Amino acid sequence: MNTNLSLLLLLAPFLGFLINIFFGKSLGKTVAGIIGTLTVAVSFAVSLYFFGQITASKEPIQIQLFDWIQISNFKVDFGFLLDQLSILWLLFVTGIGSLIHLYSISYMHDDEKMHTFFAYLNLFVFFMITLVIGSNLLVMFIGWEGVGLCSYLLIGFWYKNQEFNDAAKKAFIMNRIGDLGLLIGIFILGMLFNTLDFSTLKIGISGATDLNMYWLSAAAFALFIGACGKSAQIPLYTWLPDAMAGPTPVSALIHAATMVTAGIFMITRMNFLFDLTPDVQSIIAVVGAITALVAATIGLVQNDIKKVLAYSTVSQLGLMFLALGLGAYEVAVFHVITHAFFKACLFLGSGSVIHALGGEQDMRNMGGLKKAMPITFGTMLIASLAISGVPLFSGFFSKDEILLVAFHSNIPLWLIGSIASIMTAFYMFRLMFLTFFKEFRGTAEQKHHLHESPSLITLPLIVLAILATVGGLISLPGNSWLNEYLTPILPKLATAAHHLGTTEYILMAIAVVGGLIGIGLAYAKYIKQDSIPAEDAAITGFSKVLYNKYYVDEFYDAIIVKPINVLSGFFRDTIETSLSSLVFGLGKVTNEISFQGKKLQSGSIGLYLFAFVIGLCAIISYLFLAQ
Amino acid sequence: MNVSLILIILFVGALVTFLAGDKLASKVALFFGLAAAGCSIVLLNHFNLGENISFISQWISKPNVSFALKADGLSLAMVLLTTVLTAIITFSSFGNDYKNAKSFYALILFMSFAMVGTFLASDGLLYYIFWELSLIPIYFIALVWGNGDVEERRKAVVKFFIYTLAGSLFMLIAFVYLYQKAGSFLIEDLYKVTLSATEQFWIFLAFFLAYAIKIPLIPFHTWQANVYQKAPTVGTMLLSGIMLKMGLYSIIRWQLPITPLAASEYKYIFIAIGIAGVIYGSIVALRQKDLKKLLAYSSLAHVGLIAAGTYTLTLDGLRGAVLQMIAHGFVVVGLFYTAEIIYRRYETRVIAEMGGIRSQTPKFTSMFLILVMASISLPATFNFVGEFTVLYSLSQVNVWFAILGGTTIILGAYYMLRMFQHSMLGETNSKVFADVSMNEGITLVAIIAVLLFFGMYPKPIIDLITPSLEEILNQINRIN
Repeated sequence: MNTNLSLLLLLAPFLGFLINIFFGKSLGKTVAGIIGTLTVAVSFAVSLYFFGQITASKEPIQIQLFDWIQISNFKVDFGFLLDQLSILWLLFVTGIGSLIHLYSISYMHDDEKMHTFFAYLNLFVFFMITLVIGSNLLVMFIGWEGVGLCSYLLIGFWYKNQEFNDAAKKAFIMNRIGDLGLLIGIFILGMLFNTLDFSTLKIGISGATDLNMYWLSAAAFALFIGACGKSAQIPLYTWLPDAMAGPTPVSALIHAATMVTAGIFMITRMNFLFDLTPDVQSIIAVVGAITALVAATIGLVQNDIKKVLAYSTVSQLGLMFLALGLGAYEVAVFHVITHAFFKACLFLGSGSVIHALGGEQDMRNMGGLKKAMPITFGTMLIASLAISGVPLFSGFFSKDEILLVAFHSNIPLWLIGSIASIMTAFYMFRLMFLTFFKEFRGTAEQKHHLHESPSLITLPLIVLAILATVGGLISLPGNSWLNEYLTPILPKLATAAHHLGTTEYILMAIAVVGGLIGIGLAYAKYIKQDSIPAEDAAITGFSKVLYNKYYVDEFYDAIIVKPINVLSGFFRDTIETSLSSLVFGLGKVTNEISFQGKKLQSGSIGLYLFAFVIGLCAIISYLFLAQ
Repeated sequence: MNVSLILIILFVGALVTFLAGDKLASKVALFFGLAAAGCSIVLLNHFNLGENISFISQWISKPNVSFALKADGLSLAMVLLTTVLTAIITFSSFGNDYKNAKSFYALILFMSFAMVGTFLASDGLLYYIFWELSLIPIYFIALVWGNGDVEERRKAVVKFFIYTLAGSLFMLIAFVYLYQKAGSFLIEDLYKVTLSATEQFWIFLAFFLAYAIKIPLIPFHTWQANVYQKAPTVGTMLLSGIMLKMGLYSIIRWQLPITPLAASEYKYIFIAIGIAGVIYGSIVALRQKDLKKLLAYSSLAHVGLIAAGTYTLTLDGLRGAVLQMIAHGFVVVGLFYTAEIIYRRYETRVIAEMGGIRSQTPKFTSMFLILVMASISLPATFNFVGEFTVLYSLSQVNVWFAILGGTTIILGAYYMLRMFQHSMLGETNSKVFADVSMNEGITLVAIIAVLLFFGMYPKPIIDLITPSLEEILNQINRIN
């Protein structure tokens, strides 16, 4: 029963993919969209069923299907592990996935390749489910690389534009840098424990007495590199902002709510390993904090509405990594979930705006949309309040927990996280004010067409806005359902006391005031002073550095991409030709020798006789002399 | 029933094809190709039931040479690869018109015959004869039916011929030396010969020269890109899909077990050569303008990794290498075929002259992309199974080998996706790209089906090759 249901869970979106890729065109756009949405909804329903089962039994469900890869010391099964962690992820992947599919039916309706879009989206959900429910690292890796493929396909969905294709390629290659790290981690774990199975690894690592700390740290670090690629952490984060080239629902689903959380999922999955490697944990915490800050600073000055959200995503993921590095996996997971709600809402809202403005993404050409698009405005406002950490919205609880944990472990990290949070509040309300307030700055024609989006678009927005409001309920301070739920995965939680003292209340107040300061600054600048961001050419000073994203792309290009291409040209033009002429040279030498030898074979009897006599004399004299 | 039947089918097939005349040649060749593939599958069944399907008979008494064909899991896997690919390659050529078709198709079958012989022979001299025999048909195929300027083609093909022939001569010397010691060319007898460390070193080196040129490994690869480019696509497929596997197979079958001491003494050097090929081939591939040349260098990178796997002298290394050999055979044939499909329409192999094909033919684009993804070893494709196992074995020798060899994951994605982007994507090309024909579609689907099926379920092949690899590994470890 469980086996069949788990297969249904996994294969329903795959079936949707097959139907849409083969028959989508003849089925028509709406049918293709409905099939795509329904198959994901089926997965969501099955996830709910499993959620009910695991809440009741608290026992993980292990499913082995068949032998996949054979290594001399162990074999890798193709199997699933449905436990608290994977089911939690399934719920929001398929849940938010269904909503975004629904949204896309309307959003993509004018695109002639809508059925292809739904096919890719379904394929993505299929691989994401594989990633989440794999019972070992290698099955997870199928999903891990599979979602990378789908991300590639969807970023480059409008493939006639080579810039978009560049962005897609960049995302894939940067992810693969991380994937090599992940593979190396897998190799080391295989060498150490002769298994890649999560459950067996957990027993092996937790139960072992004589662990090789050097290799254990190496494995943890290598896995972390993998997580950096997928979850866009420094130094592998630059692909995510470029990934905004894809259609907006893709940005919401893949590049905000689900795929980019895979790194956090994997590290939480392997928490028993990371808990034993405090050095790697410190690296994760520091990388996370710095990413949070750096991305937030870039987000301050971006004018493309989706770019702001993209850097915001990188920054929020940084906060999650900060929590992971401090060993507070449950807090990171909590923020993953609330972030999925409000960030999906923000992206879909921005899509609604872009849709209404006929493709406009520059906030300098927006403004005053509040009246024309009340639902989009309202839902995005709620989501912005949530991400800014305004009390009672979901983001308040999860972000506050991260900062609390940071404060108790390391004050500088807390400070960095807090500054990043203030910046978040600022750039989010900068976005809101520039988009929805004051006068409309676009063309007259755009103004004429301004309209609220159809209900297929606003409905998902409303649902997500509600979730972004109440999502915090799953882990209230002092009474956390989430922590209790995750205890089988994170045994530490059972003993961790969760009490709120004076310090905690003071910190909470600081965070709230910080968020309000950020909003206030944005208000002062964009409402009171009514300023509009300068034209690209007029940007100067440090803003210019920020606007150009610290020139990191240019830096990578200069130290990695260019040198490799120069080397390639050098190998092609110099090494290859000289190696080739070396071989021909050997041939020529042979030729030359035979040419000289040929002269001896002149056919002149006299010469032969002469040589014969000389030789004979030489032999005879040798024989005599030798005796 | 024994394995000589496959050889007979292919040999007779070559004759009948030649006699059938130009009109029927392609169909007759396909018939015999399929018959050989079918026969291999039937024999595989017999083998799995525990029957003895080997064949041995005294051929020459002085020197002591036997016509010995031994079928174990390893050689059967290679024979299957050869016969199935021969059928696919023959079928793939159906869209083309060849002058003197009867000779062309007869040569394909004859080449298949020689290669199957190489994979089955268990007598050193017989093996050597098949090994050299396979060179003749490909020489003519590349020279007569190739493309580009005749003089340049002749230069490239003659270089290839002499280069590989010269390399093989060292192997012949090694065999003659071994015969002096063993009094027989039979592989079991050669395995038993006791050789000093110095003798092993020189014999190891002699074998290595022959194989390194054939595979090819850097820096012996200079013939490759030009011949791949100049040969007709059928020839390129035969070379890259099957023939280069002869070299890799021979490392496992002949070189390592005969000179185990030298192999374990110098394995780091030879692993390093393989990995250097991975990096070098990938980097050179980055800036190739010609699609076939790009694929040639990508092949150089892939076989470098396979060779590195064999020289780890571990079960994982050998198993991964064989899996990757088979997977690479299929994917590289598929990729060269896509180049051919584009050439049939646009008459160019220059990537810059392509582009904007996707909007005209989504079907072909999808299949091309699947092949690209298989080639860069996306998990759930057959290539991943092999590459993962090889990289795992390298990491057990030294984790840095796995990291350096693993750069293929990144660089491979770089050059393949760049190639795909510039050949297929972008604004719609002004030249019309006719959708894939039935034949073309069947060929690509067959290849993709193999790659995806064994990507998820490689067990049948793993079970087939593992016992024989364990046996060979016992031979390798007998002294250590």
